[in-house]
Formats: sequence, C-alpha cells, structure tokens
Amino acid sequence: MKRLLPLLLLAGCSGPQTPLDAWGPQADRIARLSTLLFTGGGVILTVVVVAITLALWAPASWRKRMGNIRFVIGMGIVFPAVTLTALLAHSLGVSRALVTFGGEEPMRIEIVGRQYWWEMRYLDSGAVTANELRLPRGREVELTLTSADVIHSVWIPNLHGKLDMIPGKANVLRLRADRVGELRGQCTEFCGEQHTLMAFPVVVHEPSEFEEWLARQAAPVPAPTTPEQQAGMRVFGAAGCGACHAVRGTEWQARIAPDLSRVGSRLTLAAGALPNNLGNLAGWIAAPQDIKPGNHMPAFARSLSGEEILALSTWLDSLR
Amino acid sequence: MTTPNPLPRPSEEFERLKAAWTRPRGWRVFTDINNNIIGPLFVATALLFLTLAGLLGVIIRLQLAWPGLEIVSAAAYNQIFTMHGTVMMFLFAVPAVEAVGITLLPSMLGSREMPTPRLGAYAYWIYLLGGLSFFSSLFFGVAPDGGWFMYPPLTSKENSPGINTDMYLLGIGFIEISAIAGAIELIVGILRCRAPGMTLGRMPVFAWAMLVFAGMVIIAFPAVIIASTLLELERAFDWPFFLPERGGDPLLWQHLFWFFGHPEVYVIFLPAAGMVSMIVPAMARTPLLAHSLVVLALVATAFLSFGLWVHHMYTVGIPAMSLAFFAAAGFAVSIPSGLQVFAWIGTLASGEKVRLNAAGLFVLGFLFIFTLGGLTGVMVSVTPFDWQAHDTYFIVAHLHYVLIGGMVFPLLAALYHWAPSIGTALSERLGKWAFWLLFLGTNLTFFPMHISGFMGMPRRIYTYPAGLGLEIWNLLSTLGALTVLAGGIVLLYDIARNFRLSQGSSENPWDSGTLEWMDTGNHGPRSLPRVASRYPLWQQPGMKEQAEAGGHYLPMTLTGQRETLVGTASAAVPQYVAVLPGPGYAHIVAAVGTAGTFLSLALEALVPAAGFAAIGLAGFLRWLWTSTDLGPLEPREADIGEGIVIPTYATGPVSVSWWAVSTLLVVAGSAWACLAGSYLFLWLVNGDARWAARIPELGWGLAAFAAYVAAAGSVIWAGRGLSQHGRLPSLFVLVAVALLAAAVAGEALALWEAGLRPREHVHSSSSFALVAFQGVHVAVSALMMGYTVARAWAGMLNGERRLVFDNSRLFFLYTCAQGAAGLVLLHGFPRLL
Repeated sequence: MKRLLPLLLLAGCSGPQTPLDAWGPQADRIARLSTLLFTGGGVILTVVVVAITLALWAPASWRKRMGNIRFVIGMGIVFPAVTLTALLAHSLGVSRALVTFGGEEPMRIEIVGRQYWWEMRYLDSGAVTANELRLPRGREVELTLTSADVIHSVWIPNLHGKLDMIPGKANVLRLRADRVGELRGQCTEFCGEQHTLMAFPVVVHEPSEFEEWLARQAAPVPAPTTPEQQAGMRVFGAAGCGACHAVRGTEWQARIAPDLSRVGSRLTLAAGALPNNLGNLAGWIAAPQDIKPGNHMPAFARSLSGEEILALSTWLDSLR
Repeated sequence: MTTPNPLPRPSEEFERLKAAWTRPRGWRVFTDINNNIIGPLFVATALLFLTLAGLLGVIIRLQLAWPGLEIVSAAAYNQIFTMHGTVMMFLFAVPAVEAVGITLLPSMLGSREMPTPRLGAYAYWIYLLGGLSFFSSLFFGVAPDGGWFMYPPLTSKENSPGINTDMYLLGIGFIEISAIAGAIELIVGILRCRAPGMTLGRMPVFAWAMLVFAGMVIIAFPAVIIASTLLELERAFDWPFFLPERGGDPLLWQHLFWFFGHPEVYVIFLPAAGMVSMIVPAMARTPLLAHSLVVLALVATAFLSFGLWVHHMYTVGIPAMSLAFFAAAGFAVSIPSGLQVFAWIGTLASGEKVRLNAAGLFVLGFLFIFTLGGLTGVMVSVTPFDWQAHDTYFIVAHLHYVLIGGMVFPLLAALYHWAPSIGTALSERLGKWAFWLLFLGTNLTFFPMHISGFMGMPRRIYTYPAGLGLEIWNLLSTLGALTVLAGGIVLLYDIARNFRLSQGSSENPWDSGTLEWMDTGNHGPRSLPRVASRYPLWQQPGMKEQAEAGGHYLPMTLTGQRETLVGTASAAVPQYVAVLPGPGYAHIVAAVGTAGTFLSLALEALVPAAGFAAIGLAGFLRWLWTSTDLGPLEPREADIGEGIVIPTYATGPVSVSWWAVSTLLVVAGSAWACLAGSYLFLWLVNGDARWAARIPELGWGLAAFAAYVAAAGSVIWAGRGLSQHGRLPSLFVLVAVALLAAAVAGEALALWEAGLRPREHVHSSSSFALVAFQGVHVAVSALMMGYTVARAWAGMLNGERRLVFDNSRLFFLYTCAQGAAGLVLLHGFPRLL
C-alpha cells in the first residue's frame, strides 16, 4: 500500500511524534485506517486525473462515451455512494473498537492543562509531577483531562488521537503503550501566546522500573545535603518561589505553577522548551520571559544574585 | 422572427436611456451606485485583501522555513496568523464571490441593474472602510490574536484583557452586515430581476449558485453575529455565557461559531462552482451536461452543510457514536461535489476540441486541487482519523486545498474569462505564466503539509523543534509560498497593465452562450432580451442583434429615471417597472457613520461612537427620505413590448423592497433562533434546577403577550384605515409603538421581579439576551413607524403611495410575533420542567 505514497516512505514512518509509528493498540487501529484512506484517496485522485486527461485528449469515440449523463451519474453518484457507504461501515467499526477499548482496571492519571504547562496527578498513588508523562509498558491507562484556564488539547500521536481539555469538563482518554522508550506529546488547541512551547516528553518504562519511579515521586523530598543545596533551599523560601510552586514534604504546597518535587529528574524544563540541566535551570530562573515570553513565571535576574540563582538551581537539580 | 418592439427604434429613445444612466464624471464617479462600477470596485478591494492576507501568509512561511527562526515574535506571529485567516475568510473570500455576483448577475440575467443598488453600494463602502480599519489594527499591535475562530475562554476578558479581541468581535460582526446586505440584494435580484422568459429552469448555473450562496448567508451568518455579540456582552458587561463558573459552557461558542463556520466553506465554494459551470461550457462550446443535477447538487450541498458543524468538534469529547451522524453527513456532502466534478469532466468530453486558454488552465488546476482537497475532506470526516489529523498541519493542508482549489482558482479563471465582458481582456501569455506559478506553488506549499502534519506538527505554532523530521517539509512549503508570491506578482502585473473597465464592447471572445456577452452599457443591455433557452446566444439566433438594436423589452426609460424590469420569481413574467435610485452620497455618509461607530466601540471610545452613530443615522434618513418611495410617476403604466402593459409603481408583496424586508426578517429569525437555541443549550448543560426555581410571573407574561397582540392589531387597523380613506391614522400607529415598548418593558420587568440578574448566571444572562434582542427590534420598529408617521405628516404617504408603511408594517408585525414567541419560551418553557 505504501508503494503509492513514496513521499511518506521517504519521510520515514517512525518518530517520537507521529501517528504512523504506533506504540499501542489505539494508535495502531487509526494508523491502519489512515493507510486505507491514503490508498483509497490516491486511487480516486488518479481516476479523476485520468478522466480529465481522457476528456481532453482521448479519441472521439472515448470522449463520446464519457460525455453523457450515464457517465456523470455512474461516476458522480453511484460510485461515491457505494464506496462511502462501505467506508462508513468500516470506520464505525474502528470507532467502536476504539471507544470500547480496555477490560482491565486501568491506572488513573489526571492531566490538568494550564497556560502553558501540564500538571500530571497519579490518582492511585497521590504522586504529582509536571510537564512529563511516565507510563508503565503494557498497562492500560485512563487519562482524565481537565483545564484550569483555557481550552488545551492533549496529543500523543504514537499512542492515540487527541482529546481536548475544556474548562468545566473532564474528558477521558484510555490508552496503552506497548513499547519502552521516549515519545513526545504536545498541546494542539491554540491556548495563547506560548501555545507553541507547551509540549511534554512521554516516557514508557518497564513496569518494575515505573513502580520505582512512582514511589519516588510520591515520597517527600530528602533534606539538602551540601551547604550549597541548603542555601538554595533557603533562597527558594526567601524569594517566594513557594507562593506558586510545591515541593513534596516541605511547607510549600501551592498549585499555581509546576510541582517541583523531583524536578531534577525531568527531561525538559518549561514544558518541553529546554533540555533539563543545571545551566538551563539557572537561565530559566533568571530570565524565563526571554526564553518563553508571555509565560506566567517572573524573572529573578534582578531580585536574586548570580550566586543565589546558582544555589537555588543546584538544590532543585538535586531533587531527583 | 418578430421582435417585441418594432425596429428600428426612434433615435432619441436611446439618448434618453443613456442620459438616465450617465455615470458622474471625475471623483464623483464614487457617488455612483451602479453595479457596473460598484461590482468591479468590490472585486478590486477583495483582491487587495487577498494580497494583504497573502503577504501575511508569506511571513508565516518564512518564520517556519527552518526550526527556531524568529523573524517575528510569538505575540506578533499569533496576530499574523489570526489576521491571515480572518482576513482571507471575512474580507476576501465572501466579499469576492459576492462582488463577482454583483458585477456579472444583472447582465447575465438580462437585467439593467440589481434591484437595490444603493444597499449594494452601502455594503461595499462599509466593507471597504471597515476592512481597512480592521486590517490596520495589525500596525498598532491590537489585531486579534486568538485564531480566526476565537475560542473562549482564551478570548474572555480574564485571558485576553486587551482590545485585540474586541477588534475581532466588533470588526467582524460589523463586516458581516455587509455580507448580509449583499446577500439580500442578490436574493431579490436573482429571483425578481430576470429577463422575460428566463424561468428558473433556464437560469444560468452561476445565478443558481449565487442564490443558494445568499440563502446560506442569511441563515448561517446570524450565528456568528450572535456568538460575537454574546462574547462581547460577556467581555464588556460581565454577562456570563461561556464561563463555566457561572453555568456557561465554552462549547456553546463552538456550536454557534461552526454552525456558521462550516456552511461558510460551502458559501465560498458554491459560487466558485457556479463560475466553473459557466466557464466549462465556454471551454467546450457545448451546454453543461446534467444541468438539472448540477443545480440539485448546489441545493443539496447547502442543506447538508448545515448538518456538518460538529466536524470541527470531534475532539471536544462528544461520544464517538453520536459523531457517527456527522461523519455520515460529511460523506453525504461529498456526493454532490463529486457529481459536479464528473459533470464538468463529462461536459469537457462532450464538446468540440477543448480550448485551453488561461481561464481553462485555471479550471483544470481547480479540478485537480479541489479533488485532492475533497478527498482529504472525506478523510477528516472519518472520526478516528480526525482524532489524529485535527489541529495539525494536515488540516492546514486540507483547508488550503479546499479553499484555494475550490475558490481562488475558479475566481482567477473567472477573472480571465469575464474580463473582456466588463472591460479589456487580460494577457493570455501572462495568465498562463501566472497559472503555472500559482499551480505549482500551491501544490509545493500545501502538499508537504499533509506530511508535516502526520510527522507531528500542530497548527498555530510559531516555531518547531529540530529532530522530529519536520525540516525538509517546511522548507519545501516555504519555497512553494515564494513561488505563489511570484505567481501573484505576475497576476497583479497583468491586471495593472492590461485591464481597463470599459463599456460598449460587444466582444464575445470565447463564443459563450449566455447573456452577459451581449453589448451592454452603464444601462445594461440596450433592450431586455426575450429568453427562451438556457444559452440564448447559442440557441436563439438573431436575438443578440435584435436586442442590441433595441427590439426587445423596455428599450427606453419610461419615467426618465433609471429603471429595470421586475418579474415573477419562478417564470420571470414581467410585473412592473421598478424606478431605481441614482448617484448620491447619503449612503457613503451612512457607511462612514456605521464604520466609525463600530470602530469607536472597539476602541472603547463611547463619545465618538455616539457621534458616528448620529452621522450614520442622518445618512440613512437622508437616503430614505429623498429617494425611496417616490410614489407613482408619469406614465403610470406603459407598454414594454409585445403589448405587455405594466405599472411603473408597486407596493406590497409584489414590490422588490417588500421582498428585501422579508429576507431581512429571515435573517432576524435565524438570529433569534440562535439565541433561543443558546438559552436551551445552556439549560441542557445546567439541568432544571435554576430554571425551575426562578420562573417569571405568569401575569406579567400574559400582560406583555396581550400588549404584543394589541400592538399588532393596532397597526393592522391603521393599515385598513389607510386603504379605506387614503390617510394614515397616525394615532393608531403611535399607540401601537407605545404598546410594543410597554410589552418589551414588561418582559424585562418580569425577569427582574423573578430575581434574575444578568451577571449572576447564564440562566439570567441568556434570558435577558433574548429580551435585549427583542428590545433592539422594538427600537427599530419604533424608528420605522416614527418615520412613517413623519412621511404621512409631510404629505408623502397616502392610499396609493404607501411603500414605506407597507414595509414598516411587515417589520412591526414580525417584531410582535418574535416578542410573543420569546414570551412563550421564557414563561412557558420553565413551566414544562
């Protein structure tokens, strides 16, 4: 089938953010349906182009056969009616299979969309993280999608289609990842100035590894061990970071901005805007409006000294 | 063959006709309202907005040429893509097809002019003024930035405090007035102003397409006006509609917007399909195959398109099995389009050797691009597929294929095809260059987007990360956009160099068979042809020469004024000769006032807004007072040919203005239905409790109902008095207005007494919105009736000259009925719970 679409082949059908590289049963069903649609579309487009060519340049006898009402009714009504009825029946079957997916008790995760970041709440264990979705391989997951401000939409194309997060509603997406590795999810409903930089890594672990990770997320953070880390934690309090951010096991429990309990272990910063490392973390604290203009984090380059920012970053980076 | 009027004609007859239709000279040419000048200006303005919005598209493509480029900031990018979409949809596509209709229809239908030329001219001026000021918002950084469909709560006051959103809500809401005014003119013109003998069955497909287009505009566009009004009420006065904290639902906006937005796609496409159905027969020099089926397809598309709006909402969480209905409707709507494609192909096959001139190439390009876009359209109506494709570049590719293929290419074909009929021909050589650049450029720009979408690229992002495999496809798209730009430059150069408006050319370079290729002047045809076939120039030999010599109907001006023939809607049997207005500036003053009012409101400048409103009203009143309902002129009736003697004055249901008011009432009814629908939708979202707890008192409702009935009775009684005594009993009219005002005040009071406050909950706000809407109608009714009474006092209204009264009565009675229906809803519905 892919013969007909060499361009798609050239592009390669794999990638961390493509519906054509299915990592789970849901995406797989849609990918197969897509291939069918692309093939059928390609065939019909070819038929139309051939028909136009014949209508213009074919010998008179051929043209005569096309230039009558039977041709119009046959190609313009009967043919589409038959193919589309078949397609409707088939696609309804796929829809049904997708929405009735699942039998086992799923793991439940709530994802709250906010301008311009994600809060992930693992409802069964109470763990809270942000801007990163970690899943166990082979386990059914039920994502409850809500929004705290405007409409967002969660799209992890390798696992399933997208579903909106609408204020005042909760939408439910069930999926399963069958491969271990890293994917990418992104907001697909325009949500404001930094809609572009609202993505998140999706990491699929072996179940045992996942359980370990989850237990760490649910546990209070350890006390700082080096003097620099201790200084960093003090800066966190003094600069008022705790007015917006939470750190598990401390007095800071605000939910306005991302939970930072294990921020050091995350792959990216600022919802996929930067790779996570000490330098980027310090740069982000100093000048978030230069990196992601319009996000809700104020800049600390003026109110904190370079040393303070470095200490703060070192402490946060140690939370793994 | 004998002609309706004997030949040759007396020489002074043609001089008198030309004198009545003389176009003012110099700058005063802009005071003319004739479709021969307003139509081309309209087209030129639409092309200006196409160019401006196209340049915004080029900026978008430059920014996305490679990952991480930042030619414009995120905030500016968001304004640019919002304006690109908004300007293309509202300031280019809809006005452009309306413009082509206004330019071509009178001559295509064998009429001298549209029946309400001043309304058309007003529509043009508010479009020009409103459009330019709206576009300028970009230069001040206050352009809308929420995407062209402006979803709340992103666009609510809390999340978008700036005036950017107000620019959209007031600017676009107001420009839609222009679209609706144009649609009313088109409906009445197509139905009533056709050459004698041009039955609906013989009417050209383009006229059918424009009729269906205009019908869709008057039903669908009120939805976006209501949606914009509700959001503006929420932003300006804190009346909740979309805020979940107070019972609102963001999805209400989406339902209203897409109830407009999906038909909008076909609103743009159907006229273009109509153009193709005219150009293809000219290419093949043979009548369109399956003519009746093609007309049926246009009508079917219009009906089905109103069942498709949820296509844009597959991912909001509506249960998948309910979506099946919409998927089926989406499949169904592709059948009429497919039918037309094969009718065109069949026509090409059935004729002589096909002529592939520039217009023909654009038609072939259209067939390819539109078919591809239609096929991806079927794909995205497959629900599970759309869950992946929705809001990605696949959709961007699809919508550009459909809109560029389905609308821009036919429009350009039309430009090359019809330029010789309204002026000088364009260059075939440059046209072919433009075609190849635009055709290759369009495919190079948008085909790769199918792939980048499926490689994971969401729409509306100002940059994208490297490493996802998006680089090459975006680079190709950008190169394609530059190719399109080159094609656009060639096209504009061709127009600037070769096109000049001119009149009196009798050239028919493509040997077409329809009436627009007759020799016409500012007055339209020399005489209005007797039509007996679908392609009169092919199928009625000698008719063209006879009509051009003045041998057919109405070769003269009877009253010395501009006139055209008005006939029955289906069979085009002449009924009366309508006297038309001529050049003036009152409508321009009215347009300046209207545009200024809305712009001032958007800028929250209330005092200038009031000033502009006064100017606008003055313009309207002058326009109405001095040149509508002139009353019967001499001669009262005349022979227009073949012994057909018809009057030169009409009032009541036979008159075109009565039809125009009736069409306007369809607009009002559609808007009211959107409001009532919103009320019921919000009840569905919230459950019974609030509705059942705060029922407005029945006594108030019954009193208001009685007042509406009494008001209606009073006006009907006044009409009877006018008929019997030839004088308007003004007292009855004034009492009727007072009763009407009392009724709507009673409605509002009943809600207030029941404890409803508009800011507290959607139950209250949606109830008050209905009453406020009624209040606007009451105010307009009062204005109309006050004007009627003033005309009577000025001696300009009597038993015979009563058009003003008849039309005002129609509006007034509608207002009473709408008020009564509102009472039944607000008082009756909660009692059913």
